[in-house]
Amino acid sequence: MPISLPQPAVTKDATRDAIMDIEIDEISKAFGSATALSPVSLAIPSGALVALLGPSGSGKTTLLRILGGLEFPTSGRVLFNGQDATGLTVQDRRAGFVFQSYALFRHMTVFENIAYGLNARPRASRPPKAEITRRVTKLLDLIQLPEIGHRYPSQLSGGQRQRVALARALAIEPRMLLLDEPFGALDAKVRKELRQGLRDIHDETGLTTVFVTHDQEEAMELADLVVVMSMGRIEQIGKPQDIRARPASAFVRDFVSA
Amino acid sequence: MSDATTGKFRSATEEAPLARWALIGLAVLGLGILVAAPLIAVFAEALAQGWKAAVASLGNRDAQSAIRLTLMIAAIAVPLNAAFGIAAAWFITKFDFRGKAFLITLIDLPFSVSPVVAGLCIVLMFGTNSLVGGWLVAHGYPIVFALPGIVLATMFITFPFVARELIPVMIEQGRAEEEAALTLGATGWRTFWTVTLPNIRWALLYGVLLCNARAMGEFGAVAVVSGKIRGQTATMPITIEMLYNEYLSVAAFSMAAVLTLLALVTLLLKTALEIRHADQLASTRRH
Repeated sequence: MPISLPQPAVTKDATRDAIMDIEIDEISKAFGSATALSPVSLAIPSGALVALLGPSGSGKTTLLRILGGLEFPTSGRVLFNGQDATGLTVQDRRAGFVFQSYALFRHMTVFENIAYGLNARPRASRPPKAEITRRVTKLLDLIQLPEIGHRYPSQLSGGQRQRVALARALAIEPRMLLLDEPFGALDAKVRKELRQGLRDIHDETGLTTVFVTHDQEEAMELADLVVVMSMGRIEQIGKPQDIRARPASAFVRDFVSA
Repeated sequence: MSDATTGKFRSATEEAPLARWALIGLAVLGLGILVAAPLIAVFAEALAQGWKAAVASLGNRDAQSAIRLTLMIAAIAVPLNAAFGIAAAWFITKFDFRGKAFLITLIDLPFSVSPVVAGLCIVLMFGTNSLVGGWLVAHGYPIVFALPGIVLATMFITFPFVARELIPVMIEQGRAEEEAALTLGATGWRTFWTVTLPNIRWALLYGVLLCNARAMGEFGAVAVVSGKIRGQTATMPITIEMLYNEYLSVAAFSMAAVLTLLALVTLLLKTALEIRHADQLASTRRH
């Protein structure tokens, strides 16, 4: 009985992808005549947990969407592991993306939602059905909701939806994790719990993770590196304690102490 | 509601019993006069000389030809308009571009233009005396006074139904689910089939049913382009008018009854589907 066959393809993939540094090189974005991003540059080291922090309209979500391939920059480059990824399609980026309102497929069960990315692969690289089931089950365990596979998104609480969205993004074995206001729609108590949940998942997978937030406390508590943004510009990049101790501008001082 | 009516208090939006019954009575009366009575009258007139006469009137060659023609027109026009409607709604709701408002107005045009005018436009465009029409007729493809013209007229009239049903639904649903599918590696095509289409299927079904009802019932535009050739280009509504004008009231109302039944069947089909998939319908509503 072949119980534990080694799976070199998966392991190799995982180790290779675990190393993923992101470089944003003079990226700018304009929507018509409105400037969303002035040229910004930012280096994100592999495996970091980074917060893009700023008020609404600061360009943080635009920057995240450019990383995920959902928007394309007006000028500048994005580099993954030193290689130009600016023209890479959203599918080829393989970025696990968690949307602000989670964007779960409402006509599919939780199980089908999480399995979506695996089923969407071309036949040649699509895992067999049993393997998909195994992986989805494992992800449901990881988000600590093993019993909800048969439910529909409308039957879940806000916190559960957020965790399902995270599991769905992780199912594709992403090269990085991008989260747009992942705790925005939740009440204070659940927010605190899930914050730790994201930290744990980040530490366990080692994925380079970027999340957008307007909540300075959330950014300071969770992230290794905080990028403070305002009006389409980066105001300051630094470790939470450094930003607190030495704010680079009056804006940062005001925003962080709020 | 039972709590509110049995208890001492009623909710702020609930009317007093007298007002409630007056309003319901008024609605029932209106529905009876405007919908139920004409419907009953059609069937009563059709069966005025008994079943046999009604069925016999539908058995002749011209009547059969009219029924076949109407079904064929619907079978061509409805799928095409469903496809165009989906494409238009997709384009309008998932992309930002200049002139979007103008495009929406253009889609609504068939609602505001009189069908007769629409029919005349097709005659002007494709009639024997026009450049295009003359060439087509010379090569053996007549448009006006033939099936292609009737299909064109029907498609023009019924174009807005599907798009109009889909646009508000697709705006309300936003683009996030499609974007999620793309980030998970799905192609645009796969995203459409597995995410967009399931989310709009009820609105699509409703749009298709409305489109179908109108396609089978269209009179004005078709009357102009068809030439009303009995047994060839006379659709069911046109045959009904011709029979009625000839005082063949049993034949006219029998045909009208069949047309009504076709519409009722589609409505029943929709209701049956809704009942059967009630759970799914509830779970796919916006959460």
